[in-house]
Amino acid sequence: MMQSVRDGARLRRFFSSTAAIAIAALSTAAAPAPAFAQEELNALVWCDHTDPVLLEPFEKANDVKVNVKVYEGTGAGLSILDQSQPGDWDVLVIDGVDVHRAIDLDLLAEMPADGLPTADIFPEVRMEANNTKDGKIYAVTEKFGYNTISYDKTKVDPKDMQDLSIIWSDKYKGRIALYDYYLPMIGLVGLGLGKKTAELSEADMPAIKEKLAAMRAVSKQVSDVVSSQTALATGEVDILVGGGEWITAVLSADKPSLDWTIPEQGAVRWAQSIGVMKDSTKQDLALKFVQYILSPEGQARLATSSCYWAMPANARADEHLTDQQKAALRFDQQAEYLKKTQLYPIPSAELDQQFQDAWTEMLQQ
Amino acid sequence: MADAGTLRSATALEDADRRKAWGFVAPALLWTLAFFVVPFAFMAAMSLWKREGRDLVRIWNFDNYVRFFSENALFQGLVNSLEITVIVTVISVLLAYPLAWIIAERVPKRLQRLALILAILPFWTSYVVRSYSWLLVLSKNGVINQMFMSIGLISEPLELASTRTATVIGFVHFFVMLLTLTIYSNLIQLSPNYRRAAADLGANAFQTFWHVVLPLTLPGIMTGAFLTFVLCIGDYVTPQILGGNNELVLPQIIMLQLGRRADFPMAAALSIVLMLAVTFAYVACARWLKIERA
Repeated sequence: MMQSVRDGARLRRFFSSTAAIAIAALSTAAAPAPAFAQEELNALVWCDHTDPVLLEPFEKANDVKVNVKVYEGTGAGLSILDQSQPGDWDVLVIDGVDVHRAIDLDLLAEMPADGLPTADIFPEVRMEANNTKDGKIYAVTEKFGYNTISYDKTKVDPKDMQDLSIIWSDKYKGRIALYDYYLPMIGLVGLGLGKKTAELSEADMPAIKEKLAAMRAVSKQVSDVVSSQTALATGEVDILVGGGEWITAVLSADKPSLDWTIPEQGAVRWAQSIGVMKDSTKQDLALKFVQYILSPEGQARLATSSCYWAMPANARADEHLTDQQKAALRFDQQAEYLKKTQLYPIPSAELDQQFQDAWTEMLQQ
Repeated sequence: MADAGTLRSATALEDADRRKAWGFVAPALLWTLAFFVVPFAFMAAMSLWKREGRDLVRIWNFDNYVRFFSENALFQGLVNSLEITVIVTVISVLLAYPLAWIIAERVPKRLQRLALILAILPFWTSYVVRSYSWLLVLSKNGVINQMFMSIGLISEPLELASTRTATVIGFVHFFVMLLTLTIYSNLIQLSPNYRRAAADLGANAFQTFWHVVLPLTLPGIMTGAFLTFVLCIGDYVTPQILGGNNELVLPQIIMLQLGRRADFPMAAALSIVLMLAVTFAYVACARWLKIERA
C-alpha cells in the first residue's frame, strides 16, 4: 500500500514536471521573436562554402546568419530541393554543367545583369550557354579548376605526364589512382582519343569503354578526394588521373613534391555556379550574398577555402591573394591553361546513363 | 451465478491486461509504423517506377529488377557484398569467441569490466576516422609494411590498402568488439554446474566445450553473427575508403545511382534486394536457433 502511494506520488511529480517543461516550451515557441534575432539565409552549397573565413565578413556586414548545407552530386542536391518546402532555400551552388537542370525545374531566379561582375569573370568560364537562358542570367560561375594529372615529381618522369596516353600505359602500372567521378574521367578519355568533350556521343562508347578498361587494368585504385589525397601523400600511388590544383594545392606546403600539369592533348575543366532560388523570400539578401561571393574579396576567400582550393572565376581576385596563394593556384598561367582545356562533357540524360553504366562496369572489372 | 460472475471478472481482468499491453506496445508500434513500415512501403512502390531520361515514369513495372539481374556489373555488387559479409562474419566469430571466453573465464571478476572496456575501446573513435586510420596503417609506407620490411620478412611492400583484404580487416576490427560483447554476455550466464556435470560424466575439456558450452552459447554467437551480417552488408563507408573501389558492393552501387542522376527508383530496387538478403539471413538464423533451443 505504502509502495503504491509512493509510486503515485512519483508519477504525479513526473507528470507535473513534464507538464511544466511542456508549458515552458510552448510559451517559448509562442513568444514573439526577441528584438536581437538575426536574419538567416539558407544556402545549399558545396563544401568550400562552409569555411567561416568565407562567411563571416558577409554575416557581420549584413547582420545575418548564413546556414549552409553541403551536398555532393547534382542528383543529391536536387533531391534535397525536391523534399523541401518552397522558400526553404535562398541560394544554390551547383555544378556549372547542370545549371540548366535547375533552370528547367524552375528553381532559379533571374538575376540582374547590371548587379553582377560578369565583365571581371575570365571569358572562358563565363559559360553563358550554361548560366543563362533566353538572355536571362540564372547563375554565375564562381570557381573553376581542372581534372587533369597530378603526380609526385620525385617518383615519375614529369615529361611522361605531358602525354595523356600515359593514363592507360603500362609504364606506371599499379602506381595510378583514378578520381571517382565518371563525367570528367570520361571527358579525359575522350580527349585522349582525340575527341572534343562537347562532341562525345553514343557512337564513341565502344572506344571509351575499351580505354576505361585499359585505365582500370593499370590503376591501383579508384578513389574520392580524401582517399586520393591520402594515396598521393602516403606514396600509395604516384599519379592521380583526374586530379589537379584542387587536390595538390592544399598539400603543397607539406608535400612540395606533388605537382600537376595539363598534357598536350589538353584536360577537362570543371566549374561551379551560384544562383538565387526562385522561391526565396529573401531575394535581395540572397542576391547580396551572390554579389559578395563574386566580389574580388569573396572570390579570394572562396578560392582558398578550407575544403578545397581552386581558381576564382573573378580575374580581379588576385588583389586579395598572397603571392604564395597565387603560385599554388598558378594564377598567372591561367591564360595558357584555359586555352588548353575543355569543359566537362554535358551529356543528355540517356548518354549520362550510358556513361554511368560504363563506369560501373569498369569498377566491377 | 457465482461462476458466471467469476468468469466475467476474469474476462474483465484479461481485457484490462490486454489494453495495458497494447498501451505499452503502442508507442513502439506507432514509431515502427511511421518510420519503417510506411517508408518501406513507399520505397517498395518507388522501386517499381522508372527513371527515363530526367523524367520519373510512375507506371509500375519490373524494369529495375530485370536490369539488376541481367546486368553483370549490378548483380556482381550483391555477390561481392555476400562474399565479404560471410568472410567478415566467420573471421569475427572465430576471433571474438576466444576473446570473450578469456574475459569471462580467465580474467578475475573485478577486472572483467575493465577488460571489456579495453576490448571496446576502438568503438569510442569515429567510424570514418578509424577507416582512414586503417588506410594509413595498411599503405605501402604504413606500419605493417615497415615492420615486415625491417625484420626482413619481405623485401617489397605488400599491396594491402585498396583491396578486399583491407575492407575485411576494417570490418573485422569493428565487429570483433560487437561479437565479443554478445558472446561474453552469454558465457557469464552459463552455470558452472553444466561443466561440472560433464566432467562427472567423464567428458574431457574439449568434449565439454564442443558438446555443452558451445551449443549453450550459440544464441549469443548467432545474435552477434546476425548483427554483424546486417551491419556489414549494408555498410558503405568501409568498402569505399579501404576497398579503393576495386570492386563495388551493393551499397556503393546504390549511392552511384543517387549521386548525379538521382535515379531513386533503381536505388530503391537495389535497396529492396539488400533487404531481401538480410531477411533471408534472419530466417536462416531464426530457424537454426530455434532448432538448437529445442
